[in-house]
Amino acid sequence: MSKTFSKDDNSVVVIIGSGAGGGTLADELTRQGVDVVILEAGKHHTQEDFENDEWAMFAKISWLDKRISAGGWHHTETYPNLPAWIVKGVGGSTMHWSGLALRFMAHEFKTRSTYGHVPGANVLDWPISYDELAPYYEIAERKMGVAGTKASGLPPMPPNNHYRVIEHGARKIGYKDIVRPVASNTRPHDGRPACQQIGYCMQGCKIGAKWSTLYSEIPRAMKTGHAELRPQSMVLRIEHDKSGKATGVLYADKDGNQHLQKARVVCVAGNSIESPRLLLNSASSLFPNGLANSSGQVGRNYMNHTTAAALTINPGPVYMYRGFDIAAVVSDEVPNNPDRGFLGGYHLEGLALHLPFAAAFMKPGGWGREVSSALEKFDHMSCVWVCGEDLAQEENSITLHPTERDQHGLPIPIVTKTDHTNDAAMRRHGLAQWRKLSEAVGATRVIDMPPYPASHNMGTNRMSEKARDGVVNKWGQTHDIKNLFVSDGSQFTSSGAANPTLTIVALAIRQAEYIAGAMKRREL
Amino acid sequence: MNDDLHQSPAAQEGMRVLEKRVTVSRRAFLKGSGLTAAGVTTLSVGGLMLPARDALAAELTHLGAAIGKTLLVMARDIFPHDKIADRYYMQAIEPYDAKAAEDPALAKLIRDGVAQLDAMAKASFNTPYADVGTETQRLSLLYAIEHGAFFQKIKGDMVTGFYNNKAVWPLFGEEGSSWEKGGYINRGFDDIDWLPKA
Repeated sequence: MSKTFSKDDNSVVVIIGSGAGGGTLADELTRQGVDVVILEAGKHHTQEDFENDEWAMFAKISWLDKRISAGGWHHTETYPNLPAWIVKGVGGSTMHWSGLALRFMAHEFKTRSTYGHVPGANVLDWPISYDELAPYYEIAERKMGVAGTKASGLPPMPPNNHYRVIEHGARKIGYKDIVRPVASNTRPHDGRPACQQIGYCMQGCKIGAKWSTLYSEIPRAMKTGHAELRPQSMVLRIEHDKSGKATGVLYADKDGNQHLQKARVVCVAGNSIESPRLLLNSASSLFPNGLANSSGQVGRNYMNHTTAAALTINPGPVYMYRGFDIAAVVSDEVPNNPDRGFLGGYHLEGLALHLPFAAAFMKPGGWGREVSSALEKFDHMSCVWVCGEDLAQEENSITLHPTERDQHGLPIPIVTKTDHTNDAAMRRHGLAQWRKLSEAVGATRVIDMPPYPASHNMGTNRMSEKARDGVVNKWGQTHDIKNLFVSDGSQFTSSGAANPTLTIVALAIRQAEYIAGAMKRREL
Repeated sequence: MNDDLHQSPAAQEGMRVLEKRVTVSRRAFLKGSGLTAAGVTTLSVGGLMLPARDALAAELTHLGAAIGKTLLVMARDIFPHDKIADRYYMQAIEPYDAKAAEDPALAKLIRDGVAQLDAMAKASFNTPYADVGTETQRLSLLYAIEHGAFFQKIKGDMVTGFYNNKAVWPLFGEEGSSWEKGGYINRGFDDIDWLPKA
């Protein structure tokens, strides 16, 4: 019962992006009777298109439009045009996400109060607290079907080999908080089947057991008769009137033809690189520095988590890729404990790779027996991804290239990132703990890997109490333009140590409630 | 199953451990590689009369056998797996032949790169690179060119050309696509047997 809206219909909410933020927002708004037009830059893939093949799916669904890695991080050498590993397509990065649905901890919303002034960083408290978001975390866990949570009622994901080997080592070195809240059905739920332990979760779940807006929120929104989805529609700029109110968006269809869709409200959910890029590209005589940028913070404070990874060669076979991609997750290191030599905390996340990606990520640029002898033990490997708090720094940013243009004639984005000293200390600690854990299982070799391109991008349109410190208020509404919202991870004031998807979904549910209410009250 | 596997605790407990040794019989080769389907380059009758490595190298009809052999030895030295046969390395090299025929810049990069490597080998060891006697000697030559465009190109392509070749996956214990087999829910996702009981 998909609906078609006129491009002159200025009563609709236009949502830019259909991933965790945009897809959820569409579902929640249409549920409340609000009409929405979803503009998605990428194609509309279906599960038919999904293959159990790492490189084939990388080529098929990744956002591969040119971007430039800049700054002091190693990506400038190892991944110069792939600063981030995210998806272009209906469902956005919820196709690719690992499924790990972790909540932030309370202190992670209050980092400035908890850590105090941090030299070289731009740390700020969120304008909301954990307690304010907690009810929305519950709804998100229920919606997404997070296994092992009270909210969903779904049983925990059954342990696979990879889980067991990590859990064993973790317990031996004294870790106790070992968790696995994953948004994949452990029994049929919400019209989707139970997980068959297929693996290749990050290549798009072939059977739809893992939650994705592609096959849950988007079709549900369409069924209400209040939504229209336009794939392959790349938004070029957001238009506004003389008073500074957003009036619509200009976008290019798959043939490059441009259209103007009018709007009552515009919600930007294009991920933390594209969302600020769009606001910057929408500069006008009224807003010469870009929309919603009176603070100068649009595109600033780019965070992608402090990450590291390692492969362990265990004394026996593991076949880590058999079953759900996320194995045991150690949460003991998440609380803030400055005695360790850094602020904030991290998760040790077991995350399976197949042989092709293990070969590509283990030692980029490496060769010889150092590499090949390790890969010969691929079937004995376990793999960790360290996911830790990345402190906001103003200089870490999304900026527009002065000369280079994309296929639509828009400046391409430059992603600048330099580690804070805190990041380096945390990364060292995380890898050392993983080594201990691995040796406790009897590992014969542990290979530290440089961070590979992260899928977690946050902070570039951050929430702030005061308009001068950030881009949006506690509802994700821009401080400068009342009917312009940010609905993705770029709202994050801090990165926390948690994978961002669950928090993006919780924020979108809460934002939808606010937008629908404000529309009814005629405030929007 | 060989005796080693029968004696291993994993095999006794029923955990599926894949045979990863070099297999020599044709039957075992086909079984282990999954190469029973069409699309495998077959050797010509003439090729069968040459030593195996030369026959493989001769598959590069555009670039020629000498370059083919150099690239093959170089590929082995870049990602050495003693248990894996030349053929699998050749499968990563062979696409250069058609690409070089269409891309003069690539053809030049390869021809010049091989010529330089051979010149260095002759200067140091009086023989072309592919015939240099020991791996240590050949590595000394590769270290000298490892930052150059030719080496970087071959090495970079090998990461996917070799490790993303589904035919080599079974030799590493990579079982590949599983959805069509119903995943691992009934096929060993939780069959680890060497951990002490909790």
